Amino acid sequence: MIRVVLPQHLQTLARTGSEVTLEITGPVTQRSVLDALEARYPVLEGAIRDHVTKKRRPFLRYFACAQDLSHDPPGTPLPDAVASGAEPYVILGAIAGG
Amino acid sequence: MSGVRVLVGTRKGAFILTSDGKREKWDVSGPHFGGWEMYHIKGSPVNPNRLYASQSSGWFGQQIQRSDDGGTTWEAVNNKFVYDGVPGTHQWYDGTPHPWEFKRVWHLEPSLTDADVVYAGVEDAAMFRSDDGGNSWNEMPGLRAHGTGSQWAPGAGGLCLHTILIDPSNAQRMFIAISAAGAFRTDDGGVSWKAINRGLRSQHIPEPEAEVGHCVHRIAMHRSRPSVLFMQKHWDVLRTDDSGDTWREVSGNLPSDFGFVIDVHAHEPETIYVVPIKSDSEHYPPGGKLRVFRSRSGGNEWEPLTRGLPQSDCYVNVLRDAMTVDALDPCGIYFGTTGGQVYGSSNGGDSWAPFVRDLPAVMSVEVQTLA
Repeated sequence: MIRVVLPQHLQTLARTGSEVTLEITGPVTQRSVLDALEARYPVLEGAIRDHVTKKRRPFLRYFACAQDLSHDPPGTPLPDAVASGAEPYVILGAIAGG
Repeated sequence: MSGVRVLVGTRKGAFILTSDGKREKWDVSGPHFGGWEMYHIKGSPVNPNRLYASQSSGWFGQQIQRSDDGGTTWEAVNNKFVYDGVPGTHQWYDGTPHPWEFKRVWHLEPSLTDADVVYAGVEDAAMFRSDDGGNSWNEMPGLRAHGTGSQWAPGAGGLCLHTILIDPSNAQRMFIAISAAGAFRTDDGGVSWKAINRGLRSQHIPEPEAEVGHCVHRIAMHRSRPSVLFMQKHWDVLRTDDSGDTWREVSGNLPSDFGFVIDVHAHEPETIYVVPIKSDSEHYPPGGKLRVFRSRSGGNEWEPLTRGLPQSDCYVNVLRDAMTVDALDPCGIYFGTTGGQVYGSSNGGDSWAPFVRDLPAVMSVEVQTLA
């Protein structure tokens, strides 16, 4: 079970609480987690990654286990603590704007 | 009893104002989609309870929302706007080629005959169409394929397609406007487009009377006379009497012919309204006086309308999609400001009152006249 923490506006869009859980078969990577998240909540397609290129939207960040994973290749395995559900994978809106 | 529903898009959410036919007392609901930029909200003329809304965020991109109960509840529909084929390039601010990139939906125009058909004007400038209530979108590629597409350049607000007018007498004919490319017309339902900018003169481009490159801010039509259009350009107010084939300036005695909005009285096709703004670098009314100007002669002779509007120390702007008219008699006129006020007149502009004063900056105002 993978735990994913969403920023407030994505919680509202997806009509969820702050944390959602996902079951993932196969390698637990940022790509597989985001694919599973979008499959469960199609309204989030395009809101985190570009529809076509799958690139992270510029003002979002991915954190886990006190690390910024935003610039890691999407196929990189996530930390074991995320894969086991001990720690959440956090999608965060960058501080910007007013 | 008849009534009106005013749909207000702001920088931080949407608001819905409702009133009966007297338009004296107003109920305000919102913010809907608090924290999001609501570029435009518009109802279907076929089914007034069907609303479409463009919801945008620098963080989370574009969403399209649809309501089937007049804005009480909403459903997010498809937000996938992908250009047809290889997008190619337009001109960037520095004159270099720049790839077309979807940024946001500026304007949603529901069909006049089918509540599930809706057009979207987007940045970077293109036209999309949905035939299923927003569940899927397809570009109408003939517009960007216009031979001049590679020459289009953004204005300060972006390369945005912000105005879509559907000819009520000819389903194959539509007019659109792009900042800063100009106005275009299709006579075949959007398959092909013609630039309709003859008569426009813009000093900010190398060839002032070029076929494209004009920063058109808004065009407006009276539904009884769709071959006559009125235009607020970056500078200059113009009209055409031949569906855009030729334009002539009708700025006349306006204190400034810079501005964003223009609209037409619901029952008097020669009565038009603008809100003059001082200049393109001073986006506020001349002299700190918020004045709507009305012409009853289709332009050239203008009168200031000031009753109920602030006549000192007012430095707000009125953005291009932020004026509209209802279909009641007497005609109601509505506009919103970057200061968060929504003003209305229930007597054709003779007097005005603020319905709300302290919303976030208003980006768009539409009104539905309800039976």
